[in-house]
Parts: sequence; structure tokens; C-alpha cells
Amino acid sequence: MKFKALTAIAALLAAPAFAGGADDDVLTIDGQEMMSKVAAAPALAETGIDTAISGWHFREDDTQAMQMDTFDNPAMIAVDQALDAWNAVEGTADKSCASCHGAPEESMAGVRAVYPKWNEAAGEMRTLAMQINTCRTENLGAEAYKYDGAEMTAMEALITVQSRGMPMNVATDGPAAEFFDKGKEIYYTRYGILELSCANCHEQNYGNYIRADHLSQGQINGFPTYRLKNAGLVQVHNRFRGCIRDTRGETFAVGSPEFVALEVYVSARGNGLSIEGPSVRQ
Amino acid sequence: MRLTAITAAVALTAGVAFAETVAPDNVAFDEYGAVEVSLTGTPGNAENGAKVMTDRGLGNCVACHVVSALSADFQGEVGPSLDGVGGYRSEAELRGVLVNAKKMFDGTVMPAFYKVSGFIRPGDGYTGKAATEITPILSAQEIEDVVAFLMTLKDS
Ligand code: HEC
Ligand code: HEC
Repeated sequence: MKFKALTAIAALLAAPAFAGGADDDVLTIDGQEMMSKVAAAPALAETGIDTAISGWHFREDDTQAMQMDTFDNPAMIAVDQALDAWNAVEGTADKSCASCHGAPEESMAGVRAVYPKWNEAAGEMRTLAMQINTCRTENLGAEAYKYDGAEMTAMEALITVQSRGMPMNVATDGPAAEFFDKGKEIYYTRYGILELSCANCHEQNYGNYIRADHLSQGQINGFPTYRLKNAGLVQVHNRFRGCIRDTRGETFAVGSPEFVALEVYVSARGNGLSIEGPSVRQ
Repeated sequence: MRLTAITAAVALTAGVAFAETVAPDNVAFDEYGAVEVSLTGTPGNAENGAKVMTDRGLGNCVACHVVSALSADFQGEVGPSLDGVGGYRSEAELRGVLVNAKKMFDGTVMPAFYKVSGFIRPGDGYTGKAATEITPILSAQEIEDVVAFLMTLKDS
């Protein structure tokens, strides 16, 4: 009793630190305003979070600036490379992505916003990476890309920019419901020797610093992200893996059923936020 | 002959020290989550405790707590400031918080620093691979050292 009361006091005392929080800057990309703070999606209803906030709002000014102008965004080189790959004939079917889809500006607009998406014919939940690889193996007769390799993240980036500014709109009903539920369970599980869940850092403590890191809500509307630290694009499952590793935990593999489910759930927590990938992070 | 005798003596001392160290699974908490008895019987070294608290590979307590007496950069704000904690907490309470803070603060994000069982997908350090053996994050003496340091924090 005594200690429980003190816990409440400690929580109260910790609250002013939230002043750090998300900043009030406005995110525009090439002049187009993004919805980077939106009323909470239904998936956030029970969390007490009333606003979904893009990770951009938690970054330093100079990192933020790099994302606001296409010419300053280091990820755009990968987008250009992926456009070459898009048009290149590869594989036994003697086709390129363009043979079936034409120009990405038209055919891929809106695609990123609804993935992961249930594929009725295959009876599977597909992430964008899984769909790209399915096209490569089944329609091109080419080899699958490594799930979180440079070619994959570049192709994801090319497809993602075509949805820039559109609201994330991942389905959570019908066949997606079981993935949502499983992902949610993972989100709240305290993994590793440090016994930390996604929620411990990104729901309870966003806005707070954990050592030098300014915690965000862990939203994925900015993926793939260009990390200055790695000088390369980071695939969303790779980020999930890094976060579980940091709990001193045994991670799941990229592309695993666990991470597919987690991606469905985390996407839904950010429904309504603009697609702003490829974003730039420190 | 002499060497053997020395070896035997060392083994004996080591054995005694080991017997006195309370193993993680045997730590006794009171109803508030405090731990009355020293884990080692050896008084803590506050200076080493300060090192443990800032070392990223050991306690890294400043990842979550501000401690003005420590010169570490980037002190975090996930937990409360520990300034003055030695003034309003007893040694037993501090030991309990360090061994397993969840006994005192239900569901707290603070990790348990002297615990070896009950984890979900424990890893091998920060490799992301499964753990082959689980050792506590801090040793029994390191816990005592940190407790000794925290007891020096009287002013808030
Ligand atoms: C020990 C604390 C911790 C835990 C636990 C944790 N993360 Fe993170 N996460 C971080 C830090 C630090 C960053 C980098 C700063 C930021 O963007 O929040 C980060 C970044 C992210 C990002 C990138 C956000 C962006 O805008 O670039 C995502 C996505 C993410 N985490 C998801 C997760 C998920 C899902 C889990 C659970 C599987 C998880 N995290 C668990 C600390 C944590
Ligand atoms: C991941 C975050 C985290 C880390 C790492 C961490 N703590 Fe904590 N600690 C907390 C939180 C949060 C609380 C507040 C308890 C609560 O209400 O959940 C706390 C509470 C405490 C308290 C009780 C303070 C009071 O007012 O009664 C002490 C003492 C303490 N921590 C010491 C330490 C020491 C020493 C270390 C390192 C060996 C450490 N902590 C590492 C998060 C952390």
C-alpha cells in the first residue's frame, strides 16, 4: 500500500519530463503537408493515446530537414536504382515489373497504404515485401530478394513514394483480425532478460529519453527508413528485430509469421497517418 | 606439496564465499519487496557502484534515471530521478528494487538485475540469439556496490 502510493507519486513526478515529447513542427515533403499527427485510430482506443504521432516529430531538426526535401533525402538514390530494377527484364518469364504494371506512378499509387494485405487466392497475409517476392518468383521467374536486403528495401521505397501523403489504411477485420490479435499479443509481451515490451517503450514512454534515444511511438508509416547511422535503408522487420534484440531477447526472424502479424497490428495503430517513406532517421 | 596446500586453501575460501552469496532464486523479499539480508555479506563499494550505474554493459541505470552526482552524459527520463533516494529509502528497499523491482512496483518497466528465471525468449546478450545460459545482469556484489552508492545520495 505504502509503496503503491509512492509509485503513483513517482509517475506523477516523471510526468513533467513529457515536456520533451513530440515537437510542434509541421512536416511537409516538397511542400506537401503530411498528416503527421492524427486522431487516434481504433487500434489505439484502449491505450489512452489520443493522437497517433509520426516518428519524425521526435527527431532532431537537421534529421527532420533531410526528409522534407526529396533532393536532400539520401534514400532517393535507392528509389532511382529501384526504378531501373522495375524496368529491367529479369528471370525466365522474360518480363520486368513494368511489363505487367506499367509506370509505378500510376499502378502503385495507394499500394503501400493498405499493406500488409490479405491475399484471397493464396489464402495468406502478405506484407509488401512478400508481395514483391511473390511477383519476382511467380511472375518474373526470378529469384526472391533477401527479405531485408538492399534490393528489397529499395523496391519498397520506390513503391512507397507513390503513396506519399495518403493515409495509412490497413484492414483489421475479416481475415486480418486473427493477425491483428496475434500482433497485439506480441506487442504487449515483455521479452528478453530486460523484460520489455513494445508498449513499455513506445506506448508508456514515447516522448521520454532513454539514454540518448528520444522514444517515439514506434509508428511504421515512414518505412523503409533511411538510417544515417547505417547509411542505408532499414526494412520494418529489421527494425522490429533490433528492438527485441535490445531487450536482451531472442528475436523472431524477418519475414516470420510473428513479424507479419506484428506488422499488421503496428500498422493499424498508425492508421490515418500519412505514408511518408522513405523517411530519414538518425 | 606447498602449492597443493595453497590451492586447497583457495578452493576452501572460494567455497565459503560462494556459500554466503545468495543465489538469485533464493533471495527473500518481504511483503513490500524489500530485501533485508546482504546478498554477499561483504559491504558494498560505493565507488564501484557508481561505475556500474553508468556502464552501458552493466547497470546502465542512467539510461532511465537522472543521478546528478554522476557525470554520465545523456541521463534518461523513463524512471524518476534518484537524487536523494538514499535519504528516503532504506538499504533493504534499495536492494529489493535492484534485485527485482517488480516485487515493489507492480508491472514497472525497470528490469530485474538479479534474476535468472521466468523470462520470455531470453537472449544471449545483445546478439538477438537464444540464451544458452542465463546469468543475472549484475553480480551479487555489484548489487551491493550499487546499493552502497545509492545510500550516499542524501540530497535531492
Ligand atoms: C528498450 C526500449 C525499446 C523497446 C522494448 C522497443 N523499442 Fe522500438 N525503438 C526504441 C528506440 C530507442 C527507437 C529509436 C527512437 C524511436 O524512433 O523511438 C525505436 C524505434 C522503433 C521504430 C522506428 C520508428 C521510426 O519512426 O523510425 C519502430 C517501428 C519500433 N521501434 C517498433 C518497436 C516494436 C514493434 C517493438 C516491440 C517488438 C519495439 N519497438 C520495442 C526502443 C525500443
Ligand atoms: C528501463 C528503465 C529503467 C532502468 C534501466 C532502471 N530503472 Fe530504476 N526505475 C525505473 C522506473 C520506471 C522506476 C519507478 C518505479 C515505477 O513506478 O515503475 C524505477 C524506480 C527505481 C528506484 C526507486 C525510486 C524511488 O523513488 O523509490 C530505484 C532506487 C531505482 N529505480 C534504481 C535503479 C538502479 C540503481 C538501476 C540500475 C542498476 C535502475 N534503477 C535501472 C526504470 C528503470
